Amino acid sequence: MKIVLSQDITSAIKKMCMEICVCLDQKALAKLKHAREIEDSQATAFALDIMIKNADIAKKTSSPLCQDTGMVVVFVDMGQDVRIKGGYIEDAINQGVKEAYQEGYFRKSVLDPISRENTWDNTPAVIHYNIIKGSEFCLSVMAKGFGSENMSRLFMLTPSEGIEGIKKAVIETIKDANAKPCPPVVVGVGVGGTMEKAALLSKKALFRGLDSKNEDPILNDLEEQLLEEINLLGIGAQGLGGKTTALKVFIEKYPTHIAGLPVAVTVQCHAVRHNSITL
Amino acid sequence: MKRISTPIDKEIIKTLKKGDIVLLSGTMYTARDAAHKKMLDILRNTGEVPLKGQTLYYAGPCPPKPQECVGSIGPTSSYRMDDYTPIFLENGILSTIGKGQRAQKVHDAIKKYGGVHFDAIGGAGAYYKSCVTSCETVFFPELGAEAVYKLEIKDFPCIVSIV
Repeated sequence: MKIVLSQDITSAIKKMCMEICVCLDQKALAKLKHAREIEDSQATAFALDIMIKNADIAKKTSSPLCQDTGMVVVFVDMGQDVRIKGGYIEDAINQGVKEAYQEGYFRKSVLDPISRENTWDNTPAVIHYNIIKGSEFCLSVMAKGFGSENMSRLFMLTPSEGIEGIKKAVIETIKDANAKPCPPVVVGVGVGGTMEKAALLSKKALFRGLDSKNEDPILNDLEEQLLEEINLLGIGAQGLGGKTTALKVFIEKYPTHIAGLPVAVTVQCHAVRHNSITL
Repeated sequence: MKRISTPIDKEIIKTLKKGDIVLLSGTMYTARDAAHKKMLDILRNTGEVPLKGQTLYYAGPCPPKPQECVGSIGPTSSYRMDDYTPIFLENGILSTIGKGQRAQKVHDAIKKYGGVHFDAIGGAGAYYKSCVTSCETVFFPELGAEAVYKLEIKDFPCIVSIV
């Protein structure tokens, strides 16, 4: 049996939150630079220049990339032979979030949905637990901004709509979102399962590396086709028009019911802010 | 690239066209959802909107670190202010800054009252922080990041989106 200490969970969450809110994912930065190189539109090129300079200033001054430092989403992949000692795992995760958002001078954006009263420490995080075989313990953290989250959508398609229906749903989501989610965006798509399973897959999909290929060749083709079609929409950086509306599309699937075809689309802004660690 | 002083003079607005890249310098005030709601209440109760004639920036900053006047401060989505903007334009708030597209009623009101709306670059919070030279809370401090902050800015980049 493997023992994981709750204090180590707190430190890992804190460290990852403090890094991701300040340092832009290097693969995202490379893709933004490429988008700038190929851009013809003057205003769009100007916007991309500012995004690239922003990443540099944020890193040099240890300032958040974006003032919306997000709501923290955590995926816990926990081996069934792991035991947590020293306290409740959920408290340990939230303590890490609290310390990071206080010490990092990040914005506290989390509140009660009805009273709209702020919790003032950016907790609670949204936590998803997955029990796996063996004794690994992995934490994946994302700081999810809501300009893009508000543009995310769920479609309960009929089986007859098939792959064309999936493509239509994704394209419609990005087209309707237009400039609102701070394009160029990264698109996470969850296909299958039930309503909530599709939504979860669409979030989890975003943890893949921006230069990775889907191991499933059919999904890989679909990712490439969708990226091409999204970029033909011409929305461009900040909706100013241009060649790059999305940096990457990720698709994850799960078996579903004979009567259904759930499709969820999580939209993520150009500030790619996630990381994982195995304790 | 044009350099423009804020608050923006009505005559200057007439010289702007959609797509112009501009650098703003001067004074502006942050206001987002919660502050807009309170400003509308004040307008209804007193007949006058706070910040008449000023430039509004749709933003809610990160807290400042010690020795800093403000934290990262990029624009938030403009569409959430769409229900308030026409009545604020009617009452003399003619220039606004945010990100993303806006409702047709905002386009119509901007044309009717001779206003202007700028798009700032979403996600560039650290960059915009470097354009702010001073920041003070002026209204609704209880709202935290959503309070109204008076900002002095220098060479704040944005693009004319509706005029």
